[in-house]
Amino acid sequence: MGAGHAHALYVHEHSPVHRLPPHVKIVSAVAFVVAVAVTPREALWAFGIDAIALLTVRGVARIPMRFVLARLAVILPFVAFAFVLPFVGEGEKTDVLGISVSEEGLWAMWNILAKATLGAATSILLAATTEVPRLLKGFERLRVPRLLTAIASFMLRYLEVITGELRRMRVAMAARGYSPRWIWQAKPIATSAGALFIRSYERGERIHAAMLARGFTGVMPDLYADTATRRQWLTATALPLLGATLAILGWVLR
Amino acid sequence: MSTPVIAVDGLQFSYPDGTKALGGIDLHIHAGERVAVLGPNGAGKTTMALHLNGIHRSGTGSIAVSGLPLDDDTLGEIRRRIGLVFQDPDDQLFMPTVREDVAFGPANLGLRGDELEDRVATALEAVGMSALAGRAPHHLSGGERRRIAIATVLAMEPDLLVLDEPTSNLDPGSRRELIELLGTLDITQLVITHDMHFALEVCTRALVMNGGLVVADGPIQDILGDEALLRTNRLEPPYGYSGSA
Repeated sequence: MGAGHAHALYVHEHSPVHRLPPHVKIVSAVAFVVAVAVTPREALWAFGIDAIALLTVRGVARIPMRFVLARLAVILPFVAFAFVLPFVGEGEKTDVLGISVSEEGLWAMWNILAKATLGAATSILLAATTEVPRLLKGFERLRVPRLLTAIASFMLRYLEVITGELRRMRVAMAARGYSPRWIWQAKPIATSAGALFIRSYERGERIHAAMLARGFTGVMPDLYADTATRRQWLTATALPLLGATLAILGWVLR
Repeated sequence: MSTPVIAVDGLQFSYPDGTKALGGIDLHIHAGERVAVLGPNGAGKTTMALHLNGIHRSGTGSIAVSGLPLDDDTLGEIRRRIGLVFQDPDDQLFMPTVREDVAFGPANLGLRGDELEDRVATALEAVGMSALAGRAPHHLSGGERRRIAIATVLAMEPDLLVLDEPTSNLDPGSRRELIELLGTLDITQLVITHDMHFALEVCTRALVMNGGLVVADGPIQDILGDEALLRTNRLEPPYGYSGSA
């Protein structure tokens, strides 16, 4: 049963990083990304140290390098346009491999690439070391309204149930000889989408009844809240503190 | 006689479009009884179950659980006293982990901390699923889900366990384990089922419902031995069963 799907972003390990309370990790990751984002682009060394720090976290968390690199591919569509900047940029020109490119454009490209990579790698590490339900708990702890975390949690719980229903409907259509090739054969897909919506709506009603049957009063109960020790906070803030220090140094030494 | 665990008198219900679903149900179940509700599809079995804890409310008729009449003020307590296990465990298990799902009911009752922890542990132990507390419901087998669905209501320490089609989608092994599990639970049970063998093994009394009415009520051997009654209500006796004799 879709176990692989549920763990597409999570790596099961028992590392100190995995054990940190989720809200601590969220704060740490967000603060680090902000620090990286405000670091001046000319401070190449600062980004180098940031990268080394992330690699260290990855090592401690025992996340395979291949895992991180494969998931980093997600930023490619977003940074694709960055590669155009050196060619369309204004200002002084410089030669790279015999091609004349804009120096300003080159810096802009570097800025986007470096920050996007570090930012995405941070979130990949966060997701790889924290299961989604725990992440949601973390957000709840950080006072994200429980209504929002509850919606996300229900979505997570029923995604596989609903895709399972969709799969069965497709199999049922295929079993009766439906294999669409042309756009005018799309009608059954549209009707099945409608049917799936109705089914999901009805399931929602049944779930609501099941919740009422167990005394639901409109507010999700606050269960198993994570608590963080001072030590865990200190450990987790090491990363963003380093990032912030580098950013400040970057601006000072400019 | 003692106060019945559940007393239903003259319960009627019609859907908003006017279709009559329940045409006046009278039902009294006493502590320790195990009652099967038999009847064809559309007989009103599930509709009746949803009335017992006030999910559906109707203007006519009265319901009392262990002497407490169902009304707006008692709704919360009634829902604690009636443990309703839905037909599809995917409807019942909606929290990210088994532990949180079992805790959902008692937490709604206001339990927290060690007390909540004890309830969850006891309920999971009662269904033999303690080892799965940290798992996600969608990674469990049908039999495991069914047991955990039962644990989620046991955690509320109900007076009456109501099971809607508990054997649907279970393989024979899981079904056997469910029969044994229900036998170990010291709680009054109302079981809606199409599985006649299951009813015979688990229950001592049976109701036959049809067209929103209770058309027969008696010891399960008598009901399942009355082939004419069963046939008129689109039911049939368990294969090879020849009655109480």
